[in-house]
Amino acid sequence: MSEVKKIATRESYGNALAQLGAENENIVVLDADLAGATKTGVFKKAFPERHIDCGIAEGNMMGVAAGLATTGKIPFASSFAMFAAGRAFEQVRNSIGYPHLNVKIGATHAGISVGEDGATHQCNEDIALMRTIPGMVVISPADDVEAKAAVRAAAEYVGPVYLRFGRLAVPVIHDEETYHFEIGKGIVEREGKDLTIVTTGLCVSESLAAAEKLAAEGIEAKVINIHTIKPIDEELIVAAAKETGKVVTVEEHSVIGGLGSAVCDVLCAKYPTPVLKIGVNDTYGESGPAAALIKKYGLDSDSIVEKIKACTF
Amino acid sequence: MNTLELKKMANEIRKDIVTAVHSAKAGHPGGSLSAADIFTYLYFEEMNVDPKDPKKPDRDRFVLSKGHTAPGYYAALAHRGYFPVSDLPTLRHLGSYLQGHPCMQETPGVDMSSGSLGQGISAAVGMAISAKISGKDYRVYTLLGDGELQEGQVWEASMLAAHRKLDNLVVIVDNNGLQIDGNIADVNSPYPIDKKFEAFNFHVINIDGHDFDQIRAAFAEAKTVKGRPTAIIAKTVKGKGVSFMENQASWHGTAPNDEQYAIAMADLEKVGEALCQK
Repeated sequence: MSEVKKIATRESYGNALAQLGAENENIVVLDADLAGATKTGVFKKAFPERHIDCGIAEGNMMGVAAGLATTGKIPFASSFAMFAAGRAFEQVRNSIGYPHLNVKIGATHAGISVGEDGATHQCNEDIALMRTIPGMVVISPADDVEAKAAVRAAAEYVGPVYLRFGRLAVPVIHDEETYHFEIGKGIVEREGKDLTIVTTGLCVSESLAAAEKLAAEGIEAKVINIHTIKPIDEELIVAAAKETGKVVTVEEHSVIGGLGSAVCDVLCAKYPTPVLKIGVNDTYGESGPAAALIKKYGLDSDSIVEKIKACTF
Repeated sequence: MNTLELKKMANEIRKDIVTAVHSAKAGHPGGSLSAADIFTYLYFEEMNVDPKDPKKPDRDRFVLSKGHTAPGYYAALAHRGYFPVSDLPTLRHLGSYLQGHPCMQETPGVDMSSGSLGQGISAAVGMAISAKISGKDYRVYTLLGDGELQEGQVWEASMLAAHRKLDNLVVIVDNNGLQIDGNIADVNSPYPIDKKFEAFNFHVINIDGHDFDQIRAAFAEAKTVKGRPTAIIAKTVKGKGVSFMENQASWHGTAPNDEQYAIAMADLEKVGEALCQK
């Protein structure tokens, strides 16, 4: 097997923006002094007149993006997830969500895989925060191919979108030639009859690796990639629950309010099914190399296998 | 409009503010009345807008950053022809398109939803940046309360506005001196307001916010300023025009009862009659 290509989805974000910027002059990009880290620097270099650095003031940046959207621009407001969804929550809710403005929030450095910067910069709460805002689309792509397609879909969609990207380079698991992205439509990455793993973001590749290991032990896991957490693909989740009877959710986010909760919301109403939620337990992260943190917090494939095997449902 | 006509219109707007808040049994009369002359000047003299085409791309924009004074805003929009004046008393009623705070999806003529203090000015900055990027010459106006200046976001937005040389942006501060908890100077003083905006590299103009000649001169001066935004600090009287509401913080967010409503309307009728004698 050839070596797997790895790219951080924040890189995909910057590259996709630069490409879209050439196609649509209404696309503008905003940053809060993090253009180097959010990778929007590529867009800034290509279209300096359409890049607005707001300095270290995320709340204002969201309001400025809202104002730009009222005039027909398609703003991508970029920062770390902690500051985009956390610090600026109320601006996003009241200035973007309530008027349903066409603002895209590009939130990079989500989850514990931020690594060495530690707990203050590791946002494990953004999915929970953003999915409570009425009308907000929440997207968490798994790899480079999906991330680029998601940015394009977000630009074409009219309305507010929250895009969640990571700092860590992650395996490219999709084929650009055949991949198709549709907002709100989950993807079956692997078939299996014994249980369903519903996952998102960088946990998709870990879950696929976990499914391989489970298969070696005779457990066939179906793996569903929910790249759009809101609106969630209810049909796919309910069908999988009916088919396999057991559901495991895996996410690099708090087990409170994230993908696991969204899946439970669907199942408790449509088809009550036992669910094992794997994610960051009710705790803060800490400094350390990303891979070591993913292992310590139980999100690597070995930990996923272990938790699934230990679960009695 | 000449000054007398503006004064008459402002008085009609004040009557509609009191009537709407009385009908709603809730709302913010004090800051609506203090800003009534500014609303009047913006919509009847200053802004290039067309009520028949509220979303015209090249129109001037207005953002009511102090969104709680929607009753004054709505009255100005209604008299300007965006919707019937007779709908104003539906303010805050269930199902009304006149929400407690401005909602751009509900109300014709509202360019931006607002109400959470400190946020409107950021949207106005975004609109002004958009005009600069697209080479359009529309202007953007935003009205802030003086208590609102306590919100840090106002200064984040002001820093960016001056940094980006937004000479198409006019920030107006309704300096009525009072906020919910009392005198702004006692709660957490934003003074000196003019010096603060000067330090943020704004062109600053101090005026009496009830004197139409000064209001007219200030907006005309703002149009001559190049390379930086303008801040107009308008000294006003909270509750202006209603005897028992003037300079009373308690009338920030309280509706008059039937008896008080009758007195308020009599006060304003008297002002109206005096203007007709001129």
